[in-house]
Amino acid sequence: MNLRSKVPAGPLEKKWDQHRFDLKLVNPANKRKYTVIVVGSGLAGASAAATLGELGYNVKCFCFQDSPRRAHSIAAQGGINAAKNYQNDGDSIFRLFYDTVKGGDFRAREANVYRLAQVSVDIIDQCVAQGVPFAREYGGLLANRSFGGAQVSRTFYARGQTGQQLLLGAYSALERQIARGTVQMFPRTEMLDVVLVDGRARGIVTRDLVTGAVQSTAADAVILATGGYGNIFYLSTNARGCNVTATWRAYRRGAAFANPCFTQIHPTCIPVSGDYQSKLTLMSESLRNDGRVWVPKARGDKRGPAELAEADRDYFLERKYPSFGNLAPRDIASRSAKEVCDEGRGVGETGLGVYLDFSDAISRLGEETVRDRYGNLFEMYQRITGDDPYRVPMRIYPAVHYTMGGLWVDYNLMSTIPGLHVLGEANFSDHGANRLGASALMQGLADGYFIIPYTIGDYLASTKPAKVDETHPAFREVESEVKGRVTRLLSIQGHRSVDSFHRELGRLMWDHCGMSRTAAGLKRALARIPELRAEFWRDVRVLGGEEEFNQSLEKAGRVADFMEFAELMCLDALHRAESCGGHFREEYQTPDGEAKRNDDEFAYVAAWEYTGDGNAPRLHKEPLDFEAVHLTQRSYK
Amino acid sequence: MRITLRVWRQLGPTDPGRLETRDVPDVSPDMSFLEMLDVVNEGLIAAGETPIAFDHDCREGICGACSMMINGVPHGPNRATTTCQLHMRTFRDGDTIVVEPWRAKAFPVVRDLVVDRSALDRIISAGGFIGVSTGSAADANATPIPKTVADRAMDSAQCIGCGACVAACPNASAMLFTAAKVVHLGLLPQGQPERYRRVLSMVRQMDLEEFGGCTNFGECQDACPKEINVAVIGRMNADFLKASLSNRDEAA
Repeated sequence: MNLRSKVPAGPLEKKWDQHRFDLKLVNPANKRKYTVIVVGSGLAGASAAATLGELGYNVKCFCFQDSPRRAHSIAAQGGINAAKNYQNDGDSIFRLFYDTVKGGDFRAREANVYRLAQVSVDIIDQCVAQGVPFAREYGGLLANRSFGGAQVSRTFYARGQTGQQLLLGAYSALERQIARGTVQMFPRTEMLDVVLVDGRARGIVTRDLVTGAVQSTAADAVILATGGYGNIFYLSTNARGCNVTATWRAYRRGAAFANPCFTQIHPTCIPVSGDYQSKLTLMSESLRNDGRVWVPKARGDKRGPAELAEADRDYFLERKYPSFGNLAPRDIASRSAKEVCDEGRGVGETGLGVYLDFSDAISRLGEETVRDRYGNLFEMYQRITGDDPYRVPMRIYPAVHYTMGGLWVDYNLMSTIPGLHVLGEANFSDHGANRLGASALMQGLADGYFIIPYTIGDYLASTKPAKVDETHPAFREVESEVKGRVTRLLSIQGHRSVDSFHRELGRLMWDHCGMSRTAAGLKRALARIPELRAEFWRDVRVLGGEEEFNQSLEKAGRVADFMEFAELMCLDALHRAESCGGHFREEYQTPDGEAKRNDDEFAYVAAWEYTGDGNAPRLHKEPLDFEAVHLTQRSYK
Repeated sequence: MRITLRVWRQLGPTDPGRLETRDVPDVSPDMSFLEMLDVVNEGLIAAGETPIAFDHDCREGICGACSMMINGVPHGPNRATTTCQLHMRTFRDGDTIVVEPWRAKAFPVVRDLVVDRSALDRIISAGGFIGVSTGSAADANATPIPKTVADRAMDSAQCIGCGACVAACPNASAMLFTAAKVVHLGLLPQGQPERYRRVLSMVRQMDLEEFGGCTNFGECQDACPKEINVAVIGRMNADFLKASLSNRDEAA
């Protein structure tokens, strides 16, 4: 397997410009002769499909939801970063690049991150032109807020619904292309495998979720924009449908999976309240701008927040990280919360919670201003918990939120399968071992609007793919494998529901491959996962038929893939004998409990190659060279 | 808590469908409505019966997937709350709760509580956008927009496309949905060039999809989980009238 990153030569700030010039172009008249499949309609998928349609390609876009507008990007709350420096507070492309590499704990590829920071400014322009109603100042210009891991205000936002507004912008661009006939949309259609012909990605096999029909679609290139795999933990902030199937199936066909153990635990989520719980709700990181995080100083102090005087409170983030305070990066804020709860100082019935307190902000700014900034978030909190955050502090606890790992891609966003491109959260490229807040939206849109439209042209122009259609035997073969798997799931007729297996897997992963990990725990998980997988295939109960709308069957296929993927995640976490970003191995920490990297041995991307069922995956390493950024121990003190 | 659930079951668009009664003995007040249905479904699976199909995804009130008539009200009794955000503490021990799908000619039932809302996508496709291709935008701060205008645009832009407005309307009209988009884009300077063409083509598509007309009941506003105000309909009507009378855009 060849891990050529194809990072262009030359100085960092010139690489992308030079590369854009070097990329081959497809003549406008020839673009419509090429068919491109886009799987997923979130920020990355919708922006890519719309832009490729605008350029004249023949695009086919697939999503499992009933409408492309429902992809989970819609739920991103806080904002999108861009190096506009509208606030004149010292921001620049280099600073956004630097903050992102540092925030990622030096495990991202410099050239990709620099490019991301460069195109960030174009994204904001594009979105405003589409009618995204970003927050504004009275003077009519765009407002900004601060986010974790940065000391400048570079985050653009639309109340607490930034993801929604950006996605609706991309969705409207997509719908415009659908009307023009350049994009054909396939909602309620789930990709279940990728099809290779002569070693190149030439199409996908899908299941129509309404009729159950398994069908093939051929194309000249395939783009996966299928999001992350946080739902492996069962409880996460992801939508219920989020899954690893598309990327996992691509992995099994030869796409390397990079850094699967890099998962992000978000510090501010509503704590778990019962066994029936189906998801965890995020409270935007932007709340940490004005909310102060604290727990009682004394262990086991069961007094309510109002009875605790200032002197009895520990504002632990402000105490430990005076310069970043409550805006410490996510991984650090999450671990600190876990630490104080492990010490027995957690709040709420379960003791797994910390306060996020707005009383200072309300007395400083007034309730109106606070309502203006966070009103919808406060309402959401109250709806779920029954508590009013204007009166009592919120209770929050970390939850799985985002996955930095994903399919390995080169600088052109192409995986190790030629013709298979991967965008957004589904790839691994830009966030290293920890993503900064408001950077996921930036990356999804950067990939879709401004990067893939260039690089896919180069792929098509330089390879000139031969004509292949759905009658090719490769499609028949994959279709029959897909149908076989579906039939098998339905034929087991065991005793346990899909959810019960998913919950058990999630618990196992949370305990051993969650916020902190140990070699012993990971080994226990690695021993248990194959057993659980065998139980699943022996005892799962999936009712209903194959050729009908069958939500249990959809779930079963996704959980079956999580069962396989779990092993790779643990293996990666075990092999990475260092702590970095969201990957915290208890064995490797500094005396004051911070993540301790080992740059001599682990400054690389771990890209795993599938070698067949029952065989250990093969590890490939892409070394990470840092030219512009000096590797340091991250400090937010 | 113990509740009685009367839930709509329908195999597909041609099946007549029926209400089925279920006793749900183990409800926690902290469950969301969908988590209660999860528990019911687990019970059904254990008993070898097909689980109830319903659309859902984000479960945090923003994707717009969940769509249920609860006791005859879209998304249930709470103001500004989607079904996924409705919690069982809203109900009382011993309550009977009737759950049905959205009912509208333009929303055919797929199965049980799942309906086909692609008509809403087609209304957007007809003109619910600003025609700006990627890469052609000016600097984002080149055109100042008064905060109040941006805020009002945002009020309308919050629509999650769930279709509760249609389900609530005695005429199954999609006026609130359509108007929210027309007003969001029509308020912004970027939306002006296509303003009149947009309203004409979106309204035409709305009619083609066989949504009913608006007769000012205002039920849509009460059902909207994002509290979009019926005033947007008035604004859309004004634009529509102006566009129709003045023929501002010949192509439309």
